[in-house]
Amino acid sequence: MNSIRWYGIALAAALALAGCNKGTESGSASETVVKIGSAAPLTGPQSHLGKDNENGPQLAIEELNAQNFLIGDKKAKFELVSKDDQADPKTAAIVAQELVDEKVAGVIGHLNSGTTRPAAKIYSDAGIPEITPSATATDLTHQGYKTLFRMMANDSRQGAALAEFAVKKFGAKKIAVVDDRTAYGQGLADQFAQVAAADGAAIVGREYVDDKKTEFRAVLTSIKGKDPDLIFYGGMDTQAGPMVAQMKTLGIRAQFLSGDGARSLAFIQLGGSATEGAIASTPGLPLDKMPGGKAFADKFTAKYGPIQNYSPFAYDAVMTLADAMQRAGSSEPAQYLPILAEIKREGVTGPIEFDANGDLMNSAVTIYQVKNGQWQTLEVFGASAGQ
Amino acid sequence: MSDLIARWQVLKRDPRLVWSAYAALALLLALLPFAVGAAAGNAWVRILASVLLYTMLALGLNIVVGFAGLLDLGYVAFYAVGAYCYALLASPHFGLHLPAWLLLPAGALVAGVFGALLGAPTLRLRGDYLAIVTLGFGEIIRIFLNNLNAPINITNGPQGVDRIDPVQFGALSLAQSHQVLGVELPSIYNYYYLFLLLVLAVIFISLRLENSRIGRAWVAIREDETAAAAMGINTRNIKLLAFAMGASFGGLSGGLFAGFQGFVSPESFTLIESVMILCMVVLGGMGHIPGVVLGAVLLVILPEALRYTGDLQNAVFGRVFVDPSDLRLLLFGLALVGVMLLRPSGLWPSPIRKREFAATE
Amino acid sequence: MDILLQQIINGLVAGSIYALVALGYTMVYGILGLINFAHGEVVMFGAMIALSVIQLLFGSGLALPPAIIVALGLAAAIPTCMLLGFTIERVAYRPLRHAPRLAPLITAIGVSIVLQNVAMMIWGRRYLSFPALLPPAPHPIGGAVVTDLQIFIVLLALLLMATLEWLVQRTSLGRAMRATSQNPAVAGLMGIDINTIISITFVIGSALAAIAGVMVGAYYGIAHYYMGFLLGLKAFTAAVLGGIGNLRGAMLGGVLLGLIESLGAGYIGDLTGGLFGSNYQDVFAFFVLILVLIFRPSGLLGERIADRG
Repeated sequence: MNSIRWYGIALAAALALAGCNKGTESGSASETVVKIGSAAPLTGPQSHLGKDNENGPQLAIEELNAQNFLIGDKKAKFELVSKDDQADPKTAAIVAQELVDEKVAGVIGHLNSGTTRPAAKIYSDAGIPEITPSATATDLTHQGYKTLFRMMANDSRQGAALAEFAVKKFGAKKIAVVDDRTAYGQGLADQFAQVAAADGAAIVGREYVDDKKTEFRAVLTSIKGKDPDLIFYGGMDTQAGPMVAQMKTLGIRAQFLSGDGARSLAFIQLGGSATEGAIASTPGLPLDKMPGGKAFADKFTAKYGPIQNYSPFAYDAVMTLADAMQRAGSSEPAQYLPILAEIKREGVTGPIEFDANGDLMNSAVTIYQVKNGQWQTLEVFGASAGQ
Repeated sequence: MSDLIARWQVLKRDPRLVWSAYAALALLLALLPFAVGAAAGNAWVRILASVLLYTMLALGLNIVVGFAGLLDLGYVAFYAVGAYCYALLASPHFGLHLPAWLLLPAGALVAGVFGALLGAPTLRLRGDYLAIVTLGFGEIIRIFLNNLNAPINITNGPQGVDRIDPVQFGALSLAQSHQVLGVELPSIYNYYYLFLLLVLAVIFISLRLENSRIGRAWVAIREDETAAAAMGINTRNIKLLAFAMGASFGGLSGGLFAGFQGFVSPESFTLIESVMILCMVVLGGMGHIPGVVLGAVLLVILPEALRYTGDLQNAVFGRVFVDPSDLRLLLFGLALVGVMLLRPSGLWPSPIRKREFAATE
Repeated sequence: MDILLQQIINGLVAGSIYALVALGYTMVYGILGLINFAHGEVVMFGAMIALSVIQLLFGSGLALPPAIIVALGLAAAIPTCMLLGFTIERVAYRPLRHAPRLAPLITAIGVSIVLQNVAMMIWGRRYLSFPALLPPAPHPIGGAVVTDLQIFIVLLALLLMATLEWLVQRTSLGRAMRATSQNPAVAGLMGIDINTIISITFVIGSALAAIAGVMVGAYYGIAHYYMGFLLGLKAFTAAVLGGIGNLRGAMLGGVLLGLIESLGAGYIGDLTGGLFGSNYQDVFAFFVLILVLIFRPSGLLGERIADRG
């Protein structure tokens, strides 16, 4: 029937315009509403990490609202505006525009480097400060965006620290490098390989998988033939776990080394007993050496379950934004952005201070090892590692 | 009722009414960004621009799947080719900054060539074998784009190409706001208007193709390839032409996407994108241009509109029962199933197909 | 030499898993001409259900032998997947049996999305892991290593294929299935209840999917609500390679695909002098597929069917 055609068009139009429920609260005279945006993949293969990146800010905001947190002379009421970017750059751009439209005062996000790239431009054009708790691609902060800050060491530092550990501390002479062909995995692996080769190790194998596969035996068998001392994997926990399990069944005895993508609980769960002895890094200090680490872990685990990876950094990001707003006396981005750029404070994760590019100064990298089914701190690289 | 329909049939042909309807539509489209921007914010204008890009893609795929009946599951490859063409030649990557008026047609041309190249091995294949081969080609292109960063860095691999020049024509850059007749046009509106003009051009070309000898040859091949060949149609060339034309629309769309977003990476050109574009074509009404446009509009807007299920739950129930991010894609999938069950030939099929389908029931 | 042998073993086992999934795909295609995009999701459900049961039993403290635990997992997964397959066919595919060819394809995509998200809502976003029930127990063969599980998977795939062959070629049910796939209208005239036959085919296909899911879970140790998509894609590729609609073709296609991927990943680098590496393994696999289809447009074992008008 022709009528259905028109209903279809009307429905489309209605949907387009009806979803504009932007409840604008202006707060009462003694209260000011501050919206903080959060963008992470809440659906899809990385959603367990994305949810973690949402829970951290959620916890921070609840705590801030429970205290009498003053900005200017008004009590601040924080609100989290959480968006799912599906780890897809196109969706990230749309989500970023939505957050800008909703006039958030600041953004915690995005999780991946690939999504942060287009989004950062949008936030920068709108002048909204953005702190990423987990996007580690080095060149993100070299694009000239004055509004982008990073809560942890970037991949240059991490890769360099890992390479130094592998060659100098662990003493590997023959190294095989594998990456998952994502912006993060490839970036980290290339950094690692570069520094390791410069330090004198021989890169005997360079192999690739992708971030959706679980079958690595072909690549691992190929590596086995080259007999390396150490295998470095640039990629995520959901691949790293099965990878070490398959290494074990193939009888590969090389040491497994990886970056922050693998340094999570999921890695140990998925790899089982084969993960024993595996080593991975995280930018930042270990939880027990973090000034507020244990307290945070207790509070967080009680509400949301175990920490996946980046939630302490996401939590700190919110606290840092709030602190900057308080010091500036205003939640207007134009007002508190300069304060944020120069801020010096102690966060849960350690000292927070940004350099001219927005990278974290004196960022540490911690190396962990799985012992008895748990990640234990092995070594901490301070400002001496990498650039 | 039938009296009304009869009157409507007569009215449909009155030229004055038709022209005023088109004029009203043109006015609506011209004012849409302002209405949407005021009501729902610039994010929705951005979504409108995205709708237009996907409409172009759907119209391109419509030529291959709808007109010629060739099941193509790798269409996003041409989108990628067009996007990377633009990105590599208008960014700091190679240090080249060629102008948009050159790159957009060039991208379309290159994509068209790829279309013919990828179509060539598939000529003997039918149905689902064709589907898997085209799927394979789509994946092959994506993997090449993701890995051609060593030994020579052509595509910059997974990192993608960043800081792509925005679309500009001479001194007029779409990335800046402009004042037109006293009205402020922010950058996003400029892109919307450019995309709108190009979509209208693509629709026009599609309509002309549909009613040409080539278009009829495509339909002949779709319905019965053997009979078409017996009638003297050069099926090989016609099929290649379908692939090439369809691909060129994809390439044009890709170039626009690169200039618009300023950043491209292989992750934007996955198999799922190809599948989605196919859904738009089939759901809208395969082979019927207005239907395809409707399909594209709905399937782009629906996932975005479904973000608001959280607000909806709050409004109706006072609290959120199900996490909106859980619901969003679930409802989308249900919508796909529901629409196909209710309207198997699409939401707005061509009247001929509808009659055919009704006759076979 | 031992590396080559290991790669062949890897490929055979991975290929057998593809074959297990492809068998279900090809059965449905043979009878309906439908690319069942949702098949991968049924495999996923089988894996998730079985893993949930296995995790429950494993953590419950009851000292059950591992084989029993896995069997119970299977016992939970198979009927559930059969019911799931039956429901999908009735609700989403049967109404569209006379619809334009692409309509059921879109519905299948929709069903696949729905199943993924339902699984995400039931089991959450985190990956489920297979508890360490079966010790790897590797057996060395000339420098390479084979585990019990690997041998079991290959044998299981062969067994299931043989059983299906017997079912389709030697039983009256199989005869009815073949008749329906060749010409549903005439089969109906001969007294065959088309709807029941099609439902049975779906149910059998789903049971296969459940078994495949459990094997995937056991072999890779993990299950995730998103795992069905890639698996379904590989199975579809395998089925087409072997000749879609053909049971032996599915088996052959699966094993061949596994071998191509394994050997490709292992040796592309050496063959091309470092120009292409294991990052092109999928390209290599598709390349071989396209080559095969150019010379044999209906797949390796596919019958040369005359063009349906």
